[in-house]
Amino acid sequence: MVGGISVDQIVTALVAVIAVPLVLFGYIVVGEQIIERLPERIQLWIRPYFWALPAIGFAGLFMVYPLLRTVVISFRNGADTDWVGLANYQYFFTFPDTLTSLRNSILWLVFYTFFAVFLGLVVAILLDRVRYETLAKIAIFLPVPISAVAASIIWKFMFDYQPPGQPQTGTLNAVIGLAHHDPVAWLVNSTTNNGALIFVGVWTAVGFCMVILSASLKAISTEVLEAARIDGANEFQIVRLVVTPLLWPTITVVGTTMIINALKTFDLVYVMTNGAYNTDVIATQMFSQLQHNHNSRAAAVGVVLFIAIVPLLIVNIRRFQQQEEQR
Amino acid sequence: MSTEQVTTRRQSAAAEGLSALSNLGYRLQRLPLHFIVIIFCAIWVIPTVGMVINSFRALSDMQSAGWWTTLFPPHGFTFASYQQVLNIEGVQPSIVTSILITIPATVIQLTVATMGAYAFAWMKFPGKNIFFIVIVGLMVVPIQMTLVPLLSFFKVLHLNGTIMSVWLAHTGFGLPFEVFLLRNYLGGLPREIFESAEVDGAGHAVRFLRIAVPMTLPAIASLVIFVFLGVWNDLLVALTFLGTSQFRPFTVMIAQLTTSFGGGWQFLTAAAVLQMALPLAVFIALQRYFVRGVTAGSVKG
Repeated sequence: MVGGISVDQIVTALVAVIAVPLVLFGYIVVGEQIIERLPERIQLWIRPYFWALPAIGFAGLFMVYPLLRTVVISFRNGADTDWVGLANYQYFFTFPDTLTSLRNSILWLVFYTFFAVFLGLVVAILLDRVRYETLAKIAIFLPVPISAVAASIIWKFMFDYQPPGQPQTGTLNAVIGLAHHDPVAWLVNSTTNNGALIFVGVWTAVGFCMVILSASLKAISTEVLEAARIDGANEFQIVRLVVTPLLWPTITVVGTTMIINALKTFDLVYVMTNGAYNTDVIATQMFSQLQHNHNSRAAAVGVVLFIAIVPLLIVNIRRFQQQEEQR
Repeated sequence: MSTEQVTTRRQSAAAEGLSALSNLGYRLQRLPLHFIVIIFCAIWVIPTVGMVINSFRALSDMQSAGWWTTLFPPHGFTFASYQQVLNIEGVQPSIVTSILITIPATVIQLTVATMGAYAFAWMKFPGKNIFFIVIVGLMVVPIQMTLVPLLSFFKVLHLNGTIMSVWLAHTGFGLPFEVFLLRNYLGGLPREIFESAEVDGAGHAVRFLRIAVPMTLPAIASLVIFVFLGVWNDLLVALTFLGTSQFRPFTVMIAQLTTSFGGGWQFLTAAAVLQMALPLAVFIALQRYFVRGVTAGSVKG
């Protein structure tokens, strides 16, 4: 049976919801009882590990261990019986399909990141100047809570294509039809499909960028802006020379998040085109390798993805260390 | 006198002298601004509205004319798509499965994370900094890095194809960020409260359960929303571990139906509306917490 509910699953879920907090509660109370009876020196030594253990254990078992395993698997053959050196990577960097996915991920990285952050900044600045700001913000933020799966169906309708001469059911083709332009098969045509997918990604992300940038924008003191105005700067100069530099730290934080999102993109592409017509990205490529039981190739794709993220990881740790020094 | 006062004075003086004509001129100047903002909002709202309208139309109508034609009579609204979607075998159970995945995953993550965060915020131990730097680094690691080994790991644990596998994968992936955020929040609480409790003889268990947890509730609430919706909307993890299982959550069901239906996929609009109803309801009802929860997630992998 497909998608059945079994009573077992319901009971398991209920037990987990009640038992996990109870078990942790018991762990804390009983554990502390025992620790408090130990000599002072041992207490000081053992207590922090006792408290951190569940979190470190979970993260170690289901995050760190698999992460390291992935690296190992990427150097092994599909059945995990022998070492194959760099064969899986060689496959990734020479096979045309995987190279297409790499190219598309780079397109995502550049255009998705740029437009999400840029439009987020533009919207934040423009909305700051109108009285219906709150309402407009809700409109722009609306796609954020929507899942990529639902967003894909929303945009499949926007991009829908009927042959010329027939009534167009897709919003975009109906609009360009008003200008007597022939309908475009947005998701099939290989000159438009990656751009179309990236635009949907941007559509789901601008609200997020806007909210964060807007919060920093409000924190800029009005005196700074007034001083610039009195000095004769026009609005464009103020945005370019005063606002943008002041927002730069926030822009880099938002940009980092967008780069990670771009590299991880999976859902939108999977649902809208399933990688057809040269729209594959790294994550969908990895998933299809997994589905064909090419585990070690999938692992190699994962490692490539990870290597792309490493610079951001370092930036993130640096930023954290700076913040710690200021604490 | 501050510059602000100068300008307000100038503005009020200007306002007095402002004739109706120059007022009009000012408004005309701002027309392009309003125009751009309204176009922008339209592009961001219309696709969703269009799809919601489509979900209340007959399949044949969706295939023969755009959603906007329904705005004029005869509307011909119908629940046919909803009936059709809900009658597909497995769709109704998949909604239940989504709930059975989401609630435990959220509860497990946040209870474990809160406890770990307490240790990192208020205790000293050797290696703490290194542990925490690892946590900060793990925040940006994509979940794709863990999928392959977890598949065989869950096979060993006999958890393959169960909802538990998805809880555990989400927990491992979500913990670093949650520990990080809660540790920062907990670390910001006033030290005196914990010290005076200690003087009064309260052990760590009491300090954690009676002081730290209640005071952290605002942060936990934002995280609940963030984690809950992240898991509810997740496709990749569920597809990897439950894609061929008998227990598929709603997102997997919709994605698989979309890719398998050639011509008649349009009725799936109803499924999409049902799937996004919960996140949108949470967003509209708890706007402030919602935005805080989502934006707290910046620099989250």
